Amino acid sequence: MKVLKIATAGSVDDGKSTLIGRILYDTKSLTDDKLEAIEEKSRQRGFDYLDFSLATDGLVAEREQGITIDVAHIYFSTPSKSFIIADTPGHIEYTRNMVTGASTAQASIVLIDARNGVVEQTYRHFFINNLLRIKDVVIAINKMDLVGFSEEKFNIIKGEIEYLASKSEYKNQNLTFIPVSALQGDNVVSPSENMPWYKGETLMHHLESLDTEDIQEISQTRFPVQTVIRPKTEEYHDFRGYAGKIYGGDFEIGDEVAVLPSQTKSKIKSINFFDKEYEIAKSGSSVTITLEDNVNVSRGDMLVKVSEEPTIAKQLDATICWMDKEPLLASQKYYIKHGVNDAQAKITQLNSIIKTDFSGVEENPSELVLNQIGDIQLKLSKPLLFDSYKKNKSNGSFILINPKTNNTVGVGFIK
Amino acid sequence: MWFAYLKDMIMNQRTIQVDALESEAIYIFREVVAQFEKPVLLFSGGKDSITLVRLAQKAFYPAKIPFPLMHIDTGHNFPETIEFRDRLTKELGVELIVRNVQDNIDNGTVKEETGRYASRNMLQTETLLDAIEEFGFDACIGGARRDEEKARAKERIFSVRDDFGQWDEKNQRPEVFDMLNGKIDLGQNVRVFPISNWTELDVWSYIKQEEIEIPSIYFAHKRKTFFRDGLIWSADDEVVYRDKEEEVVERMVRFRTVGDMSCTAAVLSDAVDIAKVVEEIRDSSISERGARIDDKRSEAAMEKRKQQGYF
Repeated sequence: MKVLKIATAGSVDDGKSTLIGRILYDTKSLTDDKLEAIEEKSRQRGFDYLDFSLATDGLVAEREQGITIDVAHIYFSTPSKSFIIADTPGHIEYTRNMVTGASTAQASIVLIDARNGVVEQTYRHFFINNLLRIKDVVIAINKMDLVGFSEEKFNIIKGEIEYLASKSEYKNQNLTFIPVSALQGDNVVSPSENMPWYKGETLMHHLESLDTEDIQEISQTRFPVQTVIRPKTEEYHDFRGYAGKIYGGDFEIGDEVAVLPSQTKSKIKSINFFDKEYEIAKSGSSVTITLEDNVNVSRGDMLVKVSEEPTIAKQLDATICWMDKEPLLASQKYYIKHGVNDAQAKITQLNSIIKTDFSGVEENPSELVLNQIGDIQLKLSKPLLFDSYKKNKSNGSFILINPKTNNTVGVGFIK
Repeated sequence: MWFAYLKDMIMNQRTIQVDALESEAIYIFREVVAQFEKPVLLFSGGKDSITLVRLAQKAFYPAKIPFPLMHIDTGHNFPETIEFRDRLTKELGVELIVRNVQDNIDNGTVKEETGRYASRNMLQTETLLDAIEEFGFDACIGGARRDEEKARAKERIFSVRDDFGQWDEKNQRPEVFDMLNGKIDLGQNVRVFPISNWTELDVWSYIKQEEIEIPSIYFAHKRKTFFRDGLIWSADDEVVYRDKEEEVVERMVRFRTVGDMSCTAAVLSDAVDIAKVVEEIRDSSISERGARIDDKRSEAAMEKRKQQGYF
């Protein structure tokens, strides 16, 4: 089954949870017992209609306040596809969760309240979609029922977003604008009778038509070694396999590879998956690889094809999204986790804060606070093996960990 | 997910494209072993933990699974599950640790519930936390899935717990791309969920595709049962409380989950093999946990249990 991972973003009360609930309801993905629970709760609270947000808001605090705090993952399928929707919070203080939800998504839905139009949060959400280079972005203009299903309103908002898109550096993004009413179901799964002026697809129809190919743009093959498998049994006395996941391209038996960072050359002897051997392994596969030569390989090393080497360096430039209450300060030390590799990192420069409304940057700031995005330079305790995020998403991203709290405090996109 | 395999077999038997969900789970298992000193797989004998065992085998083959399996036994398990557990671990040659809720009841650290809905399900938490401390486990791998329940939908893949096993749900670490931050303080431990992104149907399809053996109670069989609150219960008077007027009838049933007998209801079914089970799940209009009375205690039942250290 094809799986499409979708991130959602919207401001508070834009009706994101309602939209997702509506999708679940209209695709008949809510089981009878869940639907009964929603009916019961809606009645108890004296609502005139079914409150679909009750289907997704899973924490007590969320149901009490009627807002979404943390990323919820929602699963449903249609005959042609399986979907995983990350329901990400609209509250400004929870924006870090939006990055979490969107980092693995192939597509994204940005919700806009038709009455309010483009607001500060919209800029931010749109910016993050661009920063993460999400290929398909749907701008769902919601609550059309509250603006008299006005085509003019729709076009004003569409124009504003198109203007933003023209300023974005990421040009391969497909933008689709759909006017909806999540509450009443217009253009969500069924076409709207209230908006004859809209000739496009419904939201669901559009999502079903999207490509589910790997989020990874095709690039050079990267195989970061997670662990070395040495059975030490009589049957497999000399077996020494390198376990990891292939990113970006394929590997084939006989491929000449370089072991990084040592630069030792060897050839692929076998590709193993469980009790079978294969000649070719495709990108995205977790396999075990053995080499012709007895070379020294350990966790954090990387196998690549000879002549396809990534950058090997003890410093890097990156855009970082800060996700911790304690601000990032220049000269501070953190742990860096780049794929499966760890090192220590020191912020050598905090160059700028990037304004998420595409209006430019603030040069030489003193700190980067929660939810801000900025450009930094890092010095590393050992060489890392990386690509730019543009070239390879997994090998071009990293997280920073605060050594005092062990919390993940930032996510970086290598330039 | 089986489509990917089929396509591959037709295209080229010598090419491997591991299914995205399977590949992700294997990746997570390998991260656990690389990042933690003392991991353990929490094994209930249910289909999800059996699936985990197969994925762990695949992650480290041809080496053996490099961590023990641990079962927190409520003493109210289906006998079929226990028999299955012992056979599987013997075949795999892995260490099985069993810790009993009964011991905590006997030494007075927990109090057995009484009455109509009495269950030992909640009591497992104490026994689990004791075992984590006893062995010094720093990572407990479990088969929870995000599609099971609303609070679980918010769970991370690496979920940090404090000494009391508590889940601080409003302050979870962000998980971006597939980087897993397993750094913890002394006394903390991590709950790991490799099949977070699988659905119930994915699990069943995988069991079918891989021809994995599962306990017989998952298939339709004749059983003495009684009916209460719209659910069908196994009539085992020692474990499941039953009013005298609740009539015992033999019915053709199967179980969709195999939790504690006292809180796991059966469903009417004629699905006697795995193909029919997959079909039944696909057409089902009741959710998996709809037959778990422990979730029905209140809307926030699962979240509350998780905050207290429940799996």
